[in-house]
Order: sequence, then structure tokens, then C-alpha cells
Amino acid sequence: MRDFSYLRAGNIEAARNAAALPGAMLLAGGTTLIDLAKCGVAEPATVIDISHIEGLNAIDVTADRAVIGALAKMSHVADNTEVKSLFPAVSEALWQAASAQLRNMATIGGNLMQRTRCPYFRDPQNFPACNKRAPASGCSAIGGVTRGHAVLGVSEACIATYPGDLAVALVAFDAEVDLGERKLKVEDFFLAPGATAEREHDIRPGEVIMTIEIPGSAAARRSTYVKVRDRQSYEFAAASAAVGLELESDGRTIRDIRVALGGVATKPWRVRAVEDALKGKALDEDTVRKASALAVEGAVDHGANHYKIALAPRVIARAILKLGETA
Amino acid sequence: MNDQVTISPTTLSIHLTINGRNHALDIEPRVTLLDALRERLHLTGTKKGCDQGQCGACTVHVDGERVLACLTLAAQVEGREITTIEGLADADGTLNAVQAAFLEQDAFQCGYCTPGQIMSAVACIREGHAGSDEEIREYMAGNLCRCGAYPNIVAAVRQAAQELRS
Repeated sequence: MRDFSYLRAGNIEAARNAAALPGAMLLAGGTTLIDLAKCGVAEPATVIDISHIEGLNAIDVTADRAVIGALAKMSHVADNTEVKSLFPAVSEALWQAASAQLRNMATIGGNLMQRTRCPYFRDPQNFPACNKRAPASGCSAIGGVTRGHAVLGVSEACIATYPGDLAVALVAFDAEVDLGERKLKVEDFFLAPGATAEREHDIRPGEVIMTIEIPGSAAARRSTYVKVRDRQSYEFAAASAAVGLELESDGRTIRDIRVALGGVATKPWRVRAVEDALKGKALDEDTVRKASALAVEGAVDHGANHYKIALAPRVIARAILKLGETA
Repeated sequence: MNDQVTISPTTLSIHLTINGRNHALDIEPRVTLLDALRERLHLTGTKKGCDQGQCGACTVHVDGERVLACLTLAAQVEGREITTIEGLADADGTLNAVQAAFLEQDAFQCGYCTPGQIMSAVACIREGHAGSDEEIREYMAGNLCRCGAYPNIVAAVRQAAQELRS
């Protein structure tokens, strides 16, 4: 790991000022930054430690909305009683992510800034070509081993999978990220690679994530996060789905439904085609499976990741049908 | 504190509180808590396994919560209470209930992952995540054991959790 200067920001203004310095990177939990610095991917000139700033870790939840401070730890949000009852998919996405130790370190703001686990991205010594690390250098993954790579939102520049879980639940429920001067939908905060794979987030120098806000809804209250992976725990998703469901008073007609996918796309992937196909329809298995298939229209595989195109709709259907059983 | 920041020198002088004792250290900013513990303070009970946040061998407690020392900068935990495996037993040598249970259940083979397993288990029980074998497996998933002593580790955590509850 290359050495760097270390600054401890005492308050948010100091953090913003320091974040605007050339080569500066913010340090919160460190689970991404220190890891990538060890891999030689991140080479900050200055590390700005924001973890000692007071008052940015509040978790404030009502039926109307959840407001989660950027420095709240993943474990604390996952175990929060109100989050569990009013936003179960958010709690489930969090406790199924990483390990207990990493969840005690990683913050909610840092979680949004988590980088891809693409093995080519993480290995600059052996794979110099990576458009995400070095624009216009090429993509080592295309034509390489692609079992974990994305099938949705890919481009000729990059097929790296967005690895996180929390943000999948956030985009399903229209969460917003507050950057101080600006507030934007989490869905728009993440950028698909297109021709600019190096840009993953709509965040500017000097901006610091302050809070994440999730609007409350009946669908958020009746929600779940289903994660399918190679081992039962402590593993990234092969495919995952955050789903929320609201039924009419007849108990079978779908009034509102939210669906987002993880593990298969280049960013947290809301699938409105599935939602639109199910609104107003009766909740039965055949209808759900047909609608879920719409999630992968336009999907592009690179060989070994072909299975994700079959897997993703099944994970969505499993999540919806599971919610249907819990009246 | 004012809103201005100053660039730190290449060497930081920090104070760490480890197992209740204060230690003064001059370190480069990039030094992890794990390397500070092992190489500078000779507290070698905390193990370096993968050094990448994937194995759990370096698990310590910061302010009572289990974290990975390999992904924590030493400078970042100044002012926090750090507990390592060396700080777990009583001053008279009486073992922590989890340490005793690991011995009784033969919950290791080579022993390399054991300090991390024990630090993780102490926190797991304290968090209330040791209610069933299934829950123990889920919440101990961040600690890998290449010898495959998992059934005995689960038995030790279950035993210690029962003892600490009663």
C-alpha cells in the first residue's frame, strides 16, 4: 500500500473542504478504501478520516420515512427495530451482506460508494486494461472469465457487476441520497458504465453524503430481500431481488409492487417492466412468473454468466410469491 | 474544532488504548491496526490471515464491537477502546467463558483462526445473535477455519452462550 497523508475531519465543513483537495479520498469504515489501497487500485494522496464526526450516525424512522445518517453502521441499521418492521427489505439486505465484523465497520454512506468486485478491476498488476480504473485502456473481463459479471446495463467498455445489497432495496423504494447542496434519487446516483466506466456515482469533488432518506409505504412495510449465492452466507449475490408488495382489500389483487435486482447488473437495477405487468393483476404463480421474465429483456451475457439470465427472474418470482404467502 | 484542515506529516504520533493500557506510537498513516498490534506492540495473539478482510483471523473489539484489524487504520481508532485476545481473560488468568468453552469442545485444530473466532464469538453472544445453531453459523460466517472445526466451534459458542445466559 502506497503511503498517504492522513487528516481527521472534526466536522462536516472540514470534510467538504478536504474532500475537494486533489487526490483526496474519504475514509469512513475503511472496508472498501483500505482494501482497494492494498490491491493497488486506490492510491489516495490524502485520506480524510470522517469517522470521528459527531451527529452523522442517527437513525430516525417513522411510518412516513426513514432518515439514516451517512455514518450509521450497517449492523446498527440492520438491527434497528423500526427499520425491521417498516422497511424489512432494507434490514434483510443489510444483514445478508458481508460479515458481522464488516457490518460493524462499514457505514451507510460508504456502502453506496462500494466498488465492484470484478477480479480484473481488483488486480492492476496482472490486468492493466480496465476502463473503470484507466479510461480507454480496454476491458480485461470481456473475453475473460465472466461467471460473476453483469448481464444488464453492460456496455462495450465494462461488464462489472454492482456488488452491493442495500442499494438494491433503496432503489426499489425510491430512496434519496442527500449530498448537502443536492439531493438525488439513489437510482440516479449510480451510473451505468456506458462509455464512461470510470464514473460510477454522480458525486462531485467536495460533496459528502449526509443522509439517505427512504419514503415509507405499504409496499416497503411488506417487503423482502431474497439473495441467492454460491455459499449460504458471507458471499456476494449470484442474483438477488428486493421486492415490496401491497394488495387491494380483496387480498389478491396487486395494488402496488416494487422490484429491483442485484448481482446481475452494473448498478442497482429497478425493473419497472415487471412492476407494470403486475399492477392490477391477481397474485398467482403463473402471472408472477410470466411478469418476472420481463426483467431480463435485453440482457447480454458473456458466456459463463449466461445462467444469471435464467436465475434472475426466478429470484424475483420467489421473492414475490414469498410475500404473497405472508398475508 | 475549526473548519480548516492541515496536511499531516509523514509520521503520526498517536495514542492507542489497548486492553485498558495506553500506548504511544509514531507510525506512518498507512499502518493498519493489525500491523501496529503485531509488529510494534508485539501483541501477536491477533493473527494475520488474508490481510484483505476476508478471513476474520484479525478480529478485535473497538468500543466493544467486533471489527477487522487488517482493514482498520491504527490512526483511525485513536481515542477508542481496543480489546484483543490478550485482554480477554481476567487479570488472575481465569479464562473468559468463551475461551473455556473452546477448550472444552475442542473447537480448533491448528489454532491459527482461534483468537479471531473467540473474539468474534464473545461479540456474537453479546449482540444476542447466538440464539440457535443456525443463527450462530450465520453470525460467525466472517471467521473462516481451514481445518474445518466448524461443528465444534458452533458447539463452543452454543455452550458459552448458555452459560452466560444462566
